[in-house]
Amino acid sequence: MTPPTVTLAKALNTALRHAMREDDRTLVLGEDVGTLGGVFRVTDGLTEEFGEERCFDTPLAESAIIGTAVGMAMYGYRPVVEMQFDAFAYPAFEQLVSHVAKFRSRTRGALPLPLTVRIPYGGGIGGVEHHSDSSEIYYMATPGLTVVTPATVADAYSLLRRSIASPDPVVFLEPKRLYWQKDEVALPVDTGPLGWAAIRRPGTDATLVTYGPTLPVALAAAEAAAEHGRSLEVVDLRTLSPFDEDTVAASVRRTGRAVVVHEAHGFAGPGAEIAARITERCFYHLEAPVRRVTGLDVPYPAPLLEGHYLPDVGRILDAVERLEWPATPRTSGAAA
Amino acid sequence: MTVLDAPAPHAAPRAPADARTALRLYRAMVVGRAFDRTATAFTRQGRLAVYPSSRGQEACQTGSVLALRPTDWIFPTYRESVALLTRGIPAEDVLTLFRGDRHCGYDPAAHRTAPQCTPLATQCLHAAGLADAARMRGDDVVALAYIGDGATSEGDFHEAVNYAAVRRAPVVFFVQNNQYAISVPIAKQTAARSLADKAPGYGATGVQVDGNDALAVHAAVTEAARRARAGAGPTLIEAMTYRLEAHTNADDDTRYRSADEVAAWSAKDPVARLERTLLDDGVLDAAAVAETAASADALTAALRRDFAEPPRRDPMEMLRHVYHQPPHHLREQAALLAGAADEADGADGDGAAAARGGEHR
Repeated sequence: MTPPTVTLAKALNTALRHAMREDDRTLVLGEDVGTLGGVFRVTDGLTEEFGEERCFDTPLAESAIIGTAVGMAMYGYRPVVEMQFDAFAYPAFEQLVSHVAKFRSRTRGALPLPLTVRIPYGGGIGGVEHHSDSSEIYYMATPGLTVVTPATVADAYSLLRRSIASPDPVVFLEPKRLYWQKDEVALPVDTGPLGWAAIRRPGTDATLVTYGPTLPVALAAAEAAAEHGRSLEVVDLRTLSPFDEDTVAASVRRTGRAVVVHEAHGFAGPGAEIAARITERCFYHLEAPVRRVTGLDVPYPAPLLEGHYLPDVGRILDAVERLEWPATPRTSGAAA
Repeated sequence: MTVLDAPAPHAAPRAPADARTALRLYRAMVVGRAFDRTATAFTRQGRLAVYPSSRGQEACQTGSVLALRPTDWIFPTYRESVALLTRGIPAEDVLTLFRGDRHCGYDPAAHRTAPQCTPLATQCLHAAGLADAARMRGDDVVALAYIGDGATSEGDFHEAVNYAAVRRAPVVFFVQNNQYAISVPIAKQTAARSLADKAPGYGATGVQVDGNDALAVHAAVTEAARRARAGAGPTLIEAMTYRLEAHTNADDDTRYRSADEVAAWSAKDPVARLERTLLDDGVLDAAAVAETAASADALTAALRRDFAEPPRRDPMEMLRHVYHQPPHHLREQAALLAGAADEADGADGDGAAAARGGEHR
């Protein structure tokens, strides 16, 4: 029997539904998450099934959403909060950094905070300004937070369940442009614990390290490269912090070359940390410096310009070609 | 500068507190005053990194704590040392944050007391959320958040009062208006006639009370907690008081306020005031005053003795409570701290794998 076709947004919705059915301590709160079902419909039908005390609309105040969830978690609930868009989460940044990330440490384990902060992030959907930021580095730079981002429908379900079940606070970043991506998946599904990367495509010549919104781009680049005789391995990090060095290092040691691909800014971005760790772990295996293909170092552009901002197949293939390949004759030229 | 002589616009009715409550307040204030004096002395001896004095605000802190049940939660700031002591937290643990060996010296869950909050007003949201959670669970629990006058300018204060009012969360926002946010006077903090006036805009109850009158504070918080338990939502209490010492030992308050002003407020000292009232009422006598002073001396003597011990320092503890299970990079850093780094192959950056005890190339 063929499994049903599910969108990534529906998989997230199902994950919330299953988590709420299994544990009545699980609460969902945020702006428009009730009657409307969230602007991306990820919380669709939850108030209907679980009532207004389990899934409810808060006043329009992001710091309040996360700050009150802290109090709820202190009292034994497992809140899942929705930030409506990436850049709308910034008013809550102090709560996340000063309190959510530090509560376990400040209280020496007496008050861990099992709360999940869902943030739709990234561009590629033609959004106007403040609706397309890649904000992951801010959370990755904060000890105490676990930062997760799914790129497949199965991972969307499984990683959200794992995040809600985590005894630690999780920033769960949902790639907006993948919400409507479909796959045949029978839910529930378990794709493994947080903290582990997945090899999405095996290869032998170079490793593309990526996550979230740019996984499909990296896979398309690997497909295109294969047509030109380059075998690229694609690693999907899935959890950005803690970072799965072992899977990445093992891949790069096999291939000897690496390109980090992400939509966030390049300067002091996630790729800087990843490239540094690859260099530390794999220096004697590397045939070339680790390269990065990232969003440009500008504020996220107006929608009609985002195609120039976002990493695409061409930029990835160009970076791959700069990985100091031996000057052996090749049957066909690589795309530039 | 407002010095309250007459009842304020929204003053809580002064309840005829029973003698037992009055004596508990008196004792807590005398002990709190002695504790505060000792902590201030510790800063001069270099035993504390910093200490924000509570002197002058004892009526606010003891009056509010003793109006709550042990099952209620409090959310203190850095200035609530006397409130913590009144909650039953051991004196040495109250000072742990300021000594510098740990961020929080007590078990917050055991004492139903959140860790002392340094960012301003952020804990108002935690109190609102916890109170809302208690309401949803059907528990008869109230949360009380302490803030100062300056913190009422912060966004989180407004978000918290608004949220709590909308959700009818059983929370009390207790503002100790001690007239200065470090050096900035209340007139430069707000154009509102009173801080209590802010409450009606949110649909919350606002109460202004004489914060140097422990019995009045006790009555106001008792009433606010009663209303909260009855489902009537949050109360914002503005307690008019004065910080008799500088903001902290590192602050020079002579730069922003006059000796005359401090003297005028010293004359309204809440500890002396309650003592006078209780002596006049015959609730207290000279023997009880002496006995209370002796128990305060005993507490400070014990505190000085405990502080003679060197502070606890355990570097591994930094890494122990960041996550439920330390991720590999923290295990590596734990190995570094433990001195195991020498055994790991650090030169080529592969110490990571060695510390994990697994992978080798």
